[in-house]
Amino acid sequence: MSLLEVNNLDAFYGDFQALFGINLAIEEGEAVAIIGANGAGKSTFLRSVSGLVTNTADAINYRGMDISHRAASDIVGQGIAMVPEGRKLFPSLSVEENLLIGGYSQRAGAWNLERIYGMFPILKERRDVAGTALSGGEQQMTAIGRALMANPELILFDELSLGLAPIVINDIYESLPTIKQEGVTLLLVEQDINKALEVADRVYCFQEGRVSLTGVPRNLTKDSIAAAYFGSDK
Amino acid sequence: MIEWVNTVLQGILTGGLYALFAAGLAIIFGVMRLVNITHGDLIVLSAFVAMVAIDVMGFNPFISLVAVLPIMFVFGYILQRSILNFTLGDDLLPPLLVTFGLSIVIQNLLLQIFSADSQRIKAGSLEILSIQLYENLSVGVFPLIVFIVAVFIIIGLQYLFSNTRIGRAFRATSDDAVTAQLMGINDRHIFSLSMALALLIVGIAGLFVGISTNFDPSAGPSRLLFAFEAVIMGGLGSLWGTLAGGIILGVSQNIGAKLDPGWQILAGHIAFLVILVFRPNGLFPRMRDD
Repeated sequence: MSLLEVNNLDAFYGDFQALFGINLAIEEGEAVAIIGANGAGKSTFLRSVSGLVTNTADAINYRGMDISHRAASDIVGQGIAMVPEGRKLFPSLSVEENLLIGGYSQRAGAWNLERIYGMFPILKERRDVAGTALSGGEQQMTAIGRALMANPELILFDELSLGLAPIVINDIYESLPTIKQEGVTLLLVEQDINKALEVADRVYCFQEGRVSLTGVPRNLTKDSIAAAYFGSDK
Repeated sequence: MIEWVNTVLQGILTGGLYALFAAGLAIIFGVMRLVNITHGDLIVLSAFVAMVAIDVMGFNPFISLVAVLPIMFVFGYILQRSILNFTLGDDLLPPLLVTFGLSIVIQNLLLQIFSADSQRIKAGSLEILSIQLYENLSVGVFPLIVFIVAVFIIIGLQYLFSNTRIGRAFRATSDDAVTAQLMGINDRHIFSLSMALALLIVGIAGLFVGISTNFDPSAGPSRLLFAFEAVIMGGLGSLWGTLAGGIILGVSQNIGAKLDPGWQILAGHIAFLVILVFRPNGLFPRMRDD
């Protein structure tokens, strides 16, 4: 049984259909990346899984249980946390409070403040400042730490590299293998294809709301990715 | 000279009551961006609830809170969950209109049940007890109790918001209700809890209003006005600001009344206008990065 199995997912913003019949499965312990151009529906997919976007999937099975119609606030407690696009730290909370609020659902597990500070020592130094006073990279570390505080089995990363300097992106991506070693399954949405291919065991490419390619990074050629990314007629 | 000291001192104590009006309003606005036009009527409603608890069940006024507070808490939760949550969104207008309508409904329900007669909650000797501080200078025990309670409530609220898990959830939801859901926070529940919490304070304020002044079903809007003025003078979203705003309002009303009995209310409004002109965001505006 897959950890997450999405069957025939359609998603809408009002009348606009953003996703068409997406099928996707993730095994426990995997790192899976979804790549694709702007507007391909990658973020919408993550938001559907996390319960923020209403969807009409046949089923989103998580550990065999259909979560497609569960409220977003319930889904965290099931073990799915999200690092949202743009970090979305809470401005009136300090760094430490932002981390603590990540554990609001009080799901049992091994992650705590000390371990997060061990992984990102800079956050311990800056624990008392407002989350939004941090640099972009530090904010992203806080957002990752906040997701880990929920003790998730699956983390959804939405555009980790967006708006960050390349050197900072490297720092952030270095933390992912550590998280994976702890048994957390990773699902990344990423525009930076090279970064995505570095960490992913498997890749899905989305194009205009549909899956245009799936595969293992080492088996994918540049041409096949380009075709899946931009469409074969371009 | 001593008369002026007395005027200011009484004004400060009155400010405690205004701070209680304002604290509930500040919580509701702070967490939900909901401008609650019915706040004054809820204060009057809770004064009536206290009156019934005292008259019918024979409670001592302060013991009546044992009945009033749970009733107001549950009422607040249900009100928010069943009606007001549906008005929340990017637009401030729907909650304004709905709470305005609710204000009329509550006033008329109270009128039906209790008539337009002026009421008062009797607190026995407590109403006239006073402490002599100096020659010709004394403070009433009851206003002092109100002020001390107000200060403790604000300290308690400050602690709740700054140091507890639920307080963090209130602030996170206030910042960004969508992202808060990703933390496992049910924003609808948090909004309803914040209204319930606000109505707890309203319950206490209602009892104090009932003891310190006459009230009738139409007394709500002027309480709302004082609450608004105190909140805005203090700075939206600041709890200590509500106390400062309440005190400024109370002191200026008392000074106005001292100059001419007809100027009491006007002087409060003038102080409000002056502060709005010089400090449009209030005395303690909440710092926000967005």
